[in-house]
Amino acid sequence: MKFAGLLVMSAGFFLTIAALVLFPDAPPRVAFVLCGLAVECLGLAVAVRGHMDAARGEGR
Amino acid sequence: MNSMPITDAAFALCLALLLLAPLAIAGVALINTGLGRCRSAAQALLGNLAIVAVTSIAFALVGATWIGGAGHVVQLAGKPWNWLGTGPYLLSGLSAASPHAQLALLFEFLAVALAALIPWGSGADRLRLTAGCALAAVLAATVFPMLVHWVWGGGWLSQLGVTFSLGAGILDGGGAATVQVLGGVSALAVVWIAGPRKGKFPKEGLSTALPGHNAVYVLFGCLLALVGWLGWNVAGALLWLHAPLSALPVTAINTLLSASGALAATFSVTRFRFGKPDASLCANGWLAGLVASSACAGIVTPGESLFVGAVAGIATPLLVELLELALSIDDPSGAISVHAVGGLWGLLAAGIFAAQPGQLLAQLVGIATLLGLVLPLVYLLFWLLNRVVPFRVDTDGERIGMDLHELGGGAYPEFVIHRDESYR
Repeated sequence: MKFAGLLVMSAGFFLTIAALVLFPDAPPRVAFVLCGLAVECLGLAVAVRGHMDAARGEGR
Repeated sequence: MNSMPITDAAFALCLALLLLAPLAIAGVALINTGLGRCRSAAQALLGNLAIVAVTSIAFALVGATWIGGAGHVVQLAGKPWNWLGTGPYLLSGLSAASPHAQLALLFEFLAVALAALIPWGSGADRLRLTAGCALAAVLAATVFPMLVHWVWGGGWLSQLGVTFSLGAGILDGGGAATVQVLGGVSALAVVWIAGPRKGKFPKEGLSTALPGHNAVYVLFGCLLALVGWLGWNVAGALLWLHAPLSALPVTAINTLLSASGALAATFSVTRFRFGKPDASLCANGWLAGLVASSACAGIVTPGESLFVGAVAGIATPLLVELLELALSIDDPSGAISVHAVGGLWGLLAAGIFAAQPGQLLAQLVGIATLLGLVLPLVYLLFWLLNRVVPFRVDTDGERIGMDLHELGGGAYPEFVIHRDESYR
Protein backbone atom coordinates (compact mmCIF):
# COMPACT_ATOMS: atom_id res chain seq x y z
CA MET A 1 0.00 0.00 0.00
CA LYS A 2 2.90 2.31 0.80
CA PHE A 3 4.49 1.65 -2.59
CA ALA A 4 1.14 2.24 -4.30
CA GLY A 5 0.90 5.62 -2.59
CA LEU A 6 4.44 6.53 -3.63
CA LEU A 7 3.67 5.55 -7.23
CA VAL A 8 0.63 7.83 -7.17
CA MET A 9 2.86 10.63 -5.85
CA SER A 10 5.24 10.11 -8.78
CA ALA A 11 2.27 10.27 -11.16
CA GLY A 12 1.41 13.65 -9.64
CA PHE A 13 4.93 14.89 -10.33
CA PHE A 14 4.74 13.86 -13.99
CA LEU A 15 1.37 15.61 -14.25
CA THR A 16 3.11 18.78 -13.07
CA ILE A 17 5.88 18.39 -15.66
CA ALA A 18 3.29 17.68 -18.36
CA ALA A 19 1.49 20.90 -17.40
CA LEU A 20 4.66 22.91 -18.03
CA VAL A 21 5.27 21.31 -21.41
CA LEU A 22 1.71 21.14 -22.72
CA PHE A 23 0.19 24.44 -21.60
CA PRO A 24 1.98 27.68 -22.51
CA ASP A 25 -0.90 29.80 -21.14
CA ALA A 26 -0.94 30.55 -17.44
CA PRO A 27 -4.50 29.53 -16.34
CA PRO A 28 -4.50 25.90 -17.60
CA ARG A 29 -0.86 25.51 -16.53
CA VAL A 30 -1.64 26.64 -12.99
CA ALA A 31 -4.71 24.40 -12.88
CA PHE A 32 -2.73 21.34 -13.98
CA VAL A 33 0.15 22.03 -11.60
CA LEU A 34 -2.38 22.25 -8.76
CA CYS A 35 -3.98 19.01 -9.98
CA GLY A 36 -0.53 17.39 -9.90
CA LEU A 37 -0.05 18.56 -6.31
CA ALA A 38 -3.50 17.25 -5.38
CA VAL A 39 -2.61 13.83 -6.83
CA GLU A 40 0.61 13.87 -4.80
CA CYS A 41 -1.36 14.64 -1.63
CA LEU A 42 -3.67 11.73 -2.44
CA GLY A 43 -0.68 9.43 -2.87
CA LEU A 44 0.79 10.65 0.41
CA ALA A 45 -2.51 9.93 2.17
CA VAL A 46 -2.48 6.37 0.78
CA ALA A 47 1.13 5.82 1.88
CA VAL A 48 0.44 7.21 5.37
CA ARG A 49 -2.61 4.97 5.65
CA GLY A 50 -0.45 1.98 4.76
CA HIS A 51 2.03 2.93 7.48
CA MET A 52 -0.73 3.35 10.09
CA ASP A 53 -2.02 -0.16 9.48
CA ALA A 54 1.51 -1.57 9.81
CA ALA A 55 2.41 0.45 12.92
CA ARG A 56 -0.75 -0.49 14.85
CA GLY A 57 -0.89 -4.03 13.45
CA GLU A 58 2.50 -4.89 14.86
CA GLY A 59 1.34 -3.75 18.28
CA ARG A 60 4.63 -2.02 18.95
CA MET B 1 28.28 25.32 -11.12
CA ASN B 2 26.73 28.77 -11.20
CA SER B 3 29.84 30.96 -11.07
CA MET B 4 29.31 34.67 -10.55
CA PRO B 5 32.00 37.27 -10.01
CA ILE B 6 32.33 38.10 -6.31
CA THR B 7 34.18 41.02 -4.74
CA ASP B 8 36.94 40.51 -2.16
CA ALA B 9 34.77 42.00 0.57
CA ALA B 10 31.86 39.74 -0.29
CA PHE B 11 34.21 36.72 -0.45
CA ALA B 12 35.65 37.44 3.01
CA LEU B 13 32.22 38.06 4.51
CA CYS B 14 30.76 34.92 2.95
CA LEU B 15 33.64 32.78 4.18
CA ALA B 16 33.28 34.18 7.71
CA LEU B 17 29.54 33.49 7.65
CA LEU B 18 30.06 29.93 6.44
CA LEU B 19 32.46 29.34 9.33
CA LEU B 20 29.53 30.14 11.64
CA ALA B 21 27.19 27.73 9.84
CA PRO B 22 28.48 24.57 11.63
CA LEU B 23 26.81 25.96 14.75
CA ALA B 24 23.50 25.06 13.09
CA ILE B 25 24.79 21.50 12.77
CA ALA B 26 25.84 21.52 16.43
CA GLY B 27 22.42 22.87 17.41
CA VAL B 28 20.52 20.20 15.49
CA ALA B 29 22.84 17.52 16.94
CA LEU B 30 22.05 18.70 20.49
CA ILE B 31 18.33 18.81 19.71
CA ASN B 32 18.45 15.27 18.28
CA THR B 33 20.24 14.04 21.39
CA GLY B 34 18.08 15.85 23.92
CA LEU B 35 14.82 14.67 22.36
CA GLY B 36 15.92 11.02 22.55
CA ARG B 37 16.01 8.84 25.66
CA CYS B 38 18.89 8.98 28.16
CA ARG B 39 19.92 5.37 27.49
CA SER B 40 20.62 6.28 23.84
CA ALA B 41 22.24 9.69 24.35
CA ALA B 42 25.90 8.79 23.67
CA GLN B 43 24.98 6.76 20.59
CA ALA B 44 22.84 9.65 19.34
CA LEU B 45 25.58 12.25 19.68
CA LEU B 46 28.27 9.94 18.32
CA GLY B 47 25.93 9.23 15.41
CA ASN B 48 25.67 12.96 14.68
CA LEU B 49 29.46 13.23 14.58
CA ALA B 50 29.85 10.11 12.45
CA ILE B 51 27.22 11.32 10.00
CA VAL B 52 29.04 14.64 9.51
CA ALA B 53 32.23 12.69 8.79
CA VAL B 54 30.59 10.16 6.46
CA THR B 55 28.68 12.77 4.46
CA SER B 56 31.84 14.85 4.00
CA ILE B 57 33.77 11.86 2.66
CA ALA B 58 30.94 10.56 0.46
CA PHE B 59 30.26 14.02 -0.91
CA ALA B 60 33.93 14.63 -1.69
CA LEU B 61 34.39 11.22 -3.33
CA VAL B 62 31.15 10.99 -5.29
CA GLY B 63 28.51 13.66 -4.67
CA ALA B 64 30.48 16.75 -5.66
CA THR B 65 30.94 15.29 -9.14
CA TRP B 66 27.20 15.51 -9.90
CA ILE B 67 26.72 19.11 -8.83
CA GLY B 68 28.52 21.45 -11.16
CA GLY B 69 29.61 21.67 -14.75
CA ALA B 70 27.52 21.99 -17.87
CA GLY B 71 25.38 19.00 -16.96
CA HIS B 72 23.45 16.38 -18.88
CA VAL B 73 20.80 18.22 -20.87
CA VAL B 74 17.75 16.42 -22.26
CA GLN B 75 15.65 18.15 -24.93
CA LEU B 76 11.96 17.71 -24.19
CA ALA B 77 9.26 19.56 -26.15
CA GLY B 78 11.92 21.87 -27.54
CA LYS B 79 13.15 22.93 -24.09
CA PRO B 80 16.45 22.04 -22.43
CA TRP B 81 16.14 20.06 -19.16
CA ASN B 82 19.41 20.02 -17.25
CA TRP B 83 19.08 16.95 -15.00
CA LEU B 84 22.56 16.12 -13.71
CA GLY B 85 25.87 17.92 -13.29
CA THR B 86 29.18 16.69 -14.64
CA GLY B 87 31.99 18.10 -12.55
CA PRO B 88 35.59 16.98 -12.03
CA TYR B 89 36.20 13.83 -9.97
CA LEU B 90 37.52 13.94 -6.40
CA LEU B 91 37.45 17.75 -6.24
CA SER B 92 40.31 17.98 -8.71
CA GLY B 93 41.15 21.52 -9.79
CA LEU B 94 39.41 23.01 -6.78
CA SER B 95 42.20 25.43 -5.93
CA ALA B 96 42.01 26.88 -9.43
CA ALA B 97 38.22 27.27 -9.32
CA SER B 98 36.62 30.70 -9.03
CA PRO B 99 36.11 32.13 -5.52
CA HIS B 100 32.34 31.81 -5.95
CA ALA B 101 32.65 28.12 -6.88
CA GLN B 102 34.87 27.45 -3.86
CA LEU B 103 32.46 29.14 -1.47
CA ALA B 104 29.54 27.30 -3.07
CA LEU B 105 31.29 23.99 -2.50
CA LEU B 106 31.97 24.82 1.15
CA PHE B 107 28.29 25.74 1.55
CA GLU B 108 27.29 22.41 0.01
CA PHE B 109 29.65 20.41 2.26
CA LEU B 110 27.97 21.93 5.32
CA ALA B 111 24.51 21.60 3.81
CA VAL B 112 24.81 17.88 3.14
CA ALA B 113 25.91 17.25 6.73
CA LEU B 114 22.86 19.06 8.10
CA ALA B 115 20.50 17.32 5.66
CA ALA B 116 21.74 13.88 6.77
CA LEU B 117 21.45 14.71 10.50
CA ILE B 118 17.72 15.32 10.20
CA PRO B 119 16.62 11.67 9.60
CA TRP B 120 19.03 10.51 12.33
CA GLY B 121 16.96 12.43 14.89
CA SER B 122 13.76 10.79 13.68
CA GLY B 123 15.23 7.33 13.99
CA ALA B 124 16.39 7.95 17.57
CA ASP B 125 16.35 5.03 20.04
CA ARG B 126 16.08 2.31 17.37
CA LEU B 127 18.23 3.24 14.35
CA ARG B 128 21.60 1.45 14.28
CA LEU B 129 24.77 3.53 14.01
CA THR B 130 25.91 1.73 10.84
CA ALA B 131 22.49 2.27 9.28
CA GLY B 132 22.64 5.99 10.09
CA CYS B 133 26.06 6.27 8.45
CA ALA B 134 24.95 4.22 5.44
CA LEU B 135 21.87 6.31 4.77
CA ALA B 136 23.94 9.48 5.20
CA ALA B 137 26.41 8.20 2.59
CA VAL B 138 23.58 7.38 0.19
CA LEU B 139 22.07 10.83 0.61
CA ALA B 140 25.43 12.58 0.16
CA ALA B 141 26.39 10.57 -2.92
CA THR B 142 23.08 10.50 -4.81
CA VAL B 143 19.96 12.50 -3.97
CA PHE B 144 21.56 15.58 -2.39
CA PRO B 145 23.91 16.40 -5.31
CA MET B 146 21.13 15.83 -7.82
CA LEU B 147 18.79 18.18 -5.97
CA VAL B 148 21.51 20.78 -5.43
CA HIS B 149 22.27 20.73 -9.15
CA TRP B 150 18.60 21.33 -9.95
CA VAL B 151 18.19 24.18 -7.45
CA TRP B 152 21.62 25.87 -7.15
CA GLY B 153 23.81 24.44 -9.90
CA GLY B 154 22.01 25.69 -13.01
CA GLY B 155 19.71 22.66 -13.28
CA TRP B 156 16.16 22.58 -14.61
CA LEU B 157 14.42 23.96 -11.49
CA SER B 158 16.70 27.00 -11.40
CA GLN B 159 16.12 27.52 -15.14
CA LEU B 160 12.30 27.54 -14.96
CA GLY B 161 12.39 31.32 -15.41
CA VAL B 162 14.33 31.02 -18.68
CA THR B 163 12.60 27.96 -20.13
CA PHE B 164 9.00 28.53 -19.00
CA SER B 165 8.96 32.22 -17.90
CA LEU B 166 8.26 31.22 -14.28
CA GLY B 167 9.73 34.11 -12.26
CA ALA B 168 13.44 33.67 -11.58
CA GLY B 169 13.24 29.87 -11.37
CA ILE B 170 13.02 28.26 -7.95
CA LEU B 171 14.25 30.56 -5.16
CA ASP B 172 15.92 28.86 -2.21
CA GLY B 173 18.58 31.04 -0.62
CA GLY B 174 19.20 29.11 2.59
CA GLY B 175 18.54 25.51 1.56
CA ALA B 176 14.86 25.01 2.42
CA ALA B 177 14.50 22.53 -0.45
CA THR B 178 18.01 21.10 -0.72
CA VAL B 179 18.60 20.69 3.02
CA GLN B 180 15.44 20.98 5.09
CA VAL B 181 12.80 19.30 2.93
CA LEU B 182 15.27 16.68 1.74
CA GLY B 183 16.13 15.95 5.38
CA GLY B 184 12.45 15.99 6.36
CA VAL B 185 11.31 13.55 3.67
CA SER B 186 14.31 11.34 4.48
CA ALA B 187 13.11 11.38 8.10
CA LEU B 188 9.67 10.26 6.94
CA ALA B 189 11.22 7.43 4.91
CA VAL B 190 13.33 6.34 7.91
CA VAL B 191 10.32 6.35 10.23
CA TRP B 192 8.28 4.37 7.71
CA ILE B 193 11.02 1.76 7.28
CA ALA B 194 12.28 1.47 10.88
CA GLY B 195 8.80 1.62 12.40
CA PRO B 196 7.87 3.08 15.80
CA ARG B 197 9.76 2.52 19.04
CA LYS B 198 8.72 -0.50 21.09
CA GLY B 199 5.69 0.30 23.18
CA LYS B 200 4.96 3.58 21.41
CA PHE B 201 1.70 2.50 19.81
CA PRO B 202 -0.02 -0.24 21.82
CA LYS B 203 -2.68 -2.31 20.09
CA GLU B 204 -5.34 -0.58 22.11
CA GLY B 205 -5.53 2.89 23.57
CA LEU B 206 -3.59 6.08 22.96
CA SER B 207 0.08 6.23 22.03
CA THR B 208 2.58 6.15 24.90
CA ALA B 209 4.45 9.39 25.68
CA LEU B 210 8.24 8.88 25.45
CA PRO B 211 9.52 12.37 26.28
CA GLY B 212 13.02 13.61 25.47
CA HIS B 213 15.55 13.19 28.25
CA ASN B 214 17.19 16.63 28.36
CA ALA B 215 15.27 19.84 27.67
CA VAL B 216 18.41 21.90 28.38
CA TYR B 217 20.28 20.30 25.45
CA VAL B 218 17.26 20.94 23.24
CA LEU B 219 16.84 24.60 24.16
CA PHE B 220 20.57 25.36 24.05
CA GLY B 221 20.64 23.64 20.67
CA CYS B 222 18.00 26.12 19.51
CA LEU B 223 20.24 29.06 20.49
CA LEU B 224 23.22 27.54 18.67
CA ALA B 225 21.03 26.88 15.65
CA LEU B 226 20.08 30.56 15.48
CA VAL B 227 23.72 31.62 15.09
CA GLY B 228 24.31 28.98 12.45
CA TRP B 229 21.14 29.85 10.58
CA LEU B 230 22.06 33.55 10.50
CA GLY B 231 25.34 32.61 8.84
CA TRP B 232 23.61 30.16 6.53
CA ASN B 233 20.83 32.45 5.30
CA VAL B 234 23.07 35.49 4.80
CA ALA B 235 25.77 33.48 3.00
CA GLY B 236 23.04 31.84 0.91
CA ALA B 237 21.60 35.21 -0.05
CA LEU B 238 25.06 36.25 -1.27
CA LEU B 239 25.80 33.02 -3.11
CA TRP B 240 22.47 31.87 -4.54
CA LEU B 241 20.29 34.98 -4.68
CA HIS B 242 23.22 37.29 -5.62
CA ALA B 243 22.00 39.84 -3.09
CA PRO B 244 23.98 43.09 -2.70
CA LEU B 245 25.85 43.64 0.58
CA SER B 246 23.31 46.30 1.57
CA ALA B 247 20.52 43.67 1.57
CA LEU B 248 22.25 41.32 4.01
CA PRO B 249 21.26 42.95 7.34
CA VAL B 250 17.58 42.63 6.35
CA THR B 251 18.13 38.94 5.59
CA ALA B 252 19.60 38.45 9.08
CA ILE B 253 16.75 40.41 10.69
CA ASN B 254 14.20 38.34 8.74
CA THR B 255 15.80 35.13 10.02
CA LEU B 256 15.57 36.31 13.62
CA LEU B 257 12.00 37.58 13.17
CA SER B 258 10.84 34.35 11.60
CA ALA B 259 12.20 32.31 14.51
CA SER B 260 10.79 34.79 17.03
CA GLY B 261 7.35 34.78 15.43
CA ALA B 262 7.37 31.01 15.39
CA LEU B 263 8.37 30.73 19.05
CA ALA B 264 5.71 33.24 20.14
CA ALA B 265 3.08 31.34 18.16
CA THR B 266 4.07 27.89 19.48
CA PHE B 267 4.32 29.24 23.03
CA SER B 268 0.77 30.63 22.72
CA VAL B 269 -0.68 27.51 21.09
CA THR B 270 0.80 25.12 23.67
CA ARG B 271 -0.16 27.47 26.53
CA PHE B 272 -3.71 27.55 25.20
CA ARG B 273 -3.96 23.79 24.58
CA PHE B 274 -2.16 22.39 27.63
CA GLY B 275 -2.42 25.25 30.15
CA LYS B 276 1.39 25.64 30.21
CA PRO B 277 3.92 26.18 27.44
CA ASP B 278 5.67 22.99 26.34
CA ALA B 279 9.48 23.29 26.19
CA SER B 280 10.18 20.69 23.52
CA LEU B 281 7.34 21.87 21.29
CA CYS B 282 8.51 25.48 21.70
CA ALA B 283 11.98 24.34 20.60
CA ASN B 284 10.42 22.64 17.59
CA GLY B 285 8.48 25.82 16.81
CA TRP B 286 11.63 27.97 17.00
CA LEU B 287 13.41 25.58 14.66
CA ALA B 288 10.44 25.52 12.27
CA GLY B 289 10.65 29.33 12.09
CA LEU B 290 14.34 29.09 11.21
CA VAL B 291 13.61 26.39 8.63
CA ALA B 292 10.86 28.46 6.98
CA SER B 293 13.21 31.45 6.88
CA SER B 294 15.72 29.38 4.88
CA ALA B 295 13.65 29.83 1.75
CA CYS B 296 12.41 33.36 2.13
CA ALA B 297 14.66 35.41 4.46
CA GLY B 298 16.44 36.96 1.49
CA ILE B 299 13.20 37.77 -0.34
CA VAL B 300 10.51 38.97 2.06
CA THR B 301 10.08 42.09 4.21
CA PRO B 302 10.44 41.91 8.01
CA GLY B 303 6.67 42.01 8.50
CA GLU B 304 6.18 39.17 6.05
CA SER B 305 8.97 37.21 7.74
CA LEU B 306 7.20 37.55 11.10
CA PHE B 307 4.02 36.24 9.47
CA VAL B 308 5.86 33.30 7.86
CA GLY B 309 7.38 32.37 11.21
CA ALA B 310 4.07 32.72 13.05
CA VAL B 311 2.32 30.36 10.62
CA ALA B 312 5.15 27.83 11.00
CA GLY B 313 4.93 28.18 14.79
CA ILE B 314 1.17 27.60 14.84
CA ALA B 315 1.37 24.61 12.50
CA THR B 316 4.26 22.80 14.18
CA PRO B 317 2.70 21.72 17.52
CA LEU B 318 -0.56 20.80 15.79
CA LEU B 319 1.30 18.71 13.22
CA VAL B 320 3.46 16.97 15.83
CA GLU B 321 0.26 15.99 17.62
CA LEU B 322 -1.49 14.94 14.40
CA LEU B 323 1.42 12.78 13.25
CA GLU B 324 1.75 11.01 16.58
CA LEU B 325 -1.85 10.60 17.68
CA ALA B 326 -3.74 10.28 14.40
CA LEU B 327 -1.21 8.97 11.89
CA SER B 328 0.89 6.66 14.15
CA ILE B 329 4.18 8.25 13.03
CA ASP B 330 6.82 8.00 15.78
CA ASP B 331 9.15 10.93 15.11
CA PRO B 332 11.06 11.69 18.36
CA SER B 333 12.72 14.85 17.03
CA GLY B 334 9.64 16.18 15.21
CA ALA B 335 11.75 16.44 12.04
CA ILE B 336 8.89 15.74 9.66
CA SER B 337 6.79 18.60 11.02
CA VAL B 338 9.73 20.96 11.51
CA HIS B 339 11.98 20.35 8.51
CA ALA B 340 9.70 18.88 5.83
CA VAL B 341 6.55 20.90 6.44
CA GLY B 342 8.40 24.03 7.63
CA GLY B 343 10.62 23.93 4.55
CA LEU B 344 7.68 23.42 2.19
CA TRP B 345 5.86 26.33 3.82
CA GLY B 346 8.96 28.54 3.44
CA LEU B 347 9.22 27.68 -0.25
CA LEU B 348 5.55 28.45 -0.76
CA ALA B 349 5.84 31.73 1.18
CA ALA B 350 8.81 32.78 -0.97
CA GLY B 351 6.55 32.36 -4.01
CA ILE B 352 3.65 34.20 -2.42
CA PHE B 353 5.70 37.23 -1.38
CA ALA B 354 8.19 37.41 -4.28
CA ALA B 355 7.83 40.34 -6.66
CA GLN B 356 8.43 38.48 -9.95
CA PRO B 357 5.35 37.27 -11.86
CA GLY B 358 5.20 33.48 -12.13
CA GLN B 359 7.38 32.96 -9.07
CA LEU B 360 4.62 31.22 -7.12
CA LEU B 361 4.22 28.65 -9.90
CA ALA B 362 8.00 28.05 -9.95
CA GLN B 363 7.91 27.39 -6.21
CA LEU B 364 4.91 25.07 -6.62
CA VAL B 365 6.78 23.07 -9.27
CA GLY B 366 9.68 22.81 -6.82
CA ILE B 367 7.33 21.58 -4.07
CA ALA B 368 5.79 19.05 -6.48
CA THR B 369 9.28 17.79 -7.32
CA LEU B 370 10.19 17.35 -3.66
CA LEU B 371 7.00 15.46 -2.85
CA GLY B 372 6.47 13.55 -6.07
CA LEU B 373 10.01 12.66 -7.07
CA VAL B 374 12.42 13.15 -4.17
CA LEU B 375 10.31 11.44 -1.47
CA PRO B 376 9.59 8.27 -3.53
CA LEU B 377 13.22 8.15 -4.67
CA VAL B 378 14.58 8.49 -1.13
CA TYR B 379 12.13 5.87 0.16
CA LEU B 380 13.12 3.44 -2.60
CA LEU B 381 16.84 3.94 -1.92
CA PHE B 382 16.40 3.54 1.83
CA TRP B 383 14.14 0.50 1.36
CA LEU B 384 16.86 -1.17 -0.73
CA LEU B 385 19.55 -0.09 1.75
CA ASN B 386 17.53 -1.60 4.60
CA ARG B 387 17.84 -4.98 2.86
CA VAL B 388 21.65 -4.71 3.02
CA VAL B 389 22.14 -2.78 6.27
CA PRO B 390 19.13 -3.33 8.54
CA PHE B 391 18.02 0.00 10.00
CA ARG B 392 16.43 -1.22 13.17
CA VAL B 393 18.21 -2.63 16.19
CA ASP B 394 16.95 -5.95 17.59
CA THR B 395 14.40 -6.04 20.41
CA ASP B 396 17.00 -6.71 23.08
CA GLY B 397 19.11 -3.78 21.95
CA GLU B 398 16.13 -1.48 22.08
CA ARG B 399 15.26 -2.71 25.57
CA ILE B 400 18.68 -2.11 27.12
CA GLY B 401 19.24 1.10 25.17
CA MET B 402 21.39 1.98 22.20
CA ASP B 403 24.32 3.11 24.37
CA LEU B 404 24.87 -0.23 26.07
CA HIS B 405 23.97 -2.24 22.98
CA GLU B 406 26.11 -0.39 20.44
CA LEU B 407 28.80 1.30 22.52
CA GLY B 408 29.04 -0.88 25.61
CA GLY B 409 28.61 2.04 27.98
CA GLY B 410 26.09 4.74 28.75
CA ALA B 411 26.27 8.52 28.46
CA TYR B 412 25.44 8.93 32.15
CA PRO B 413 27.09 6.00 33.96
CA GLU B 414 26.22 7.30 37.42
CA PHE B 415 22.50 7.58 36.67
CA VAL B 416 20.11 4.84 37.74
CA ILE B 417 17.92 4.12 34.74
CA HIS B 418 14.44 3.03 35.76
CA ARG B 419 12.78 -0.03 34.37
CA ASP B 420 10.65 0.56 31.30
CA GLU B 421 7.12 -0.61 32.06
CA SER B 422 6.23 -0.83 28.38
CA TYR B 423 8.33 -3.99 27.99
CA ARG B 424 6.31 -6.11 30.38
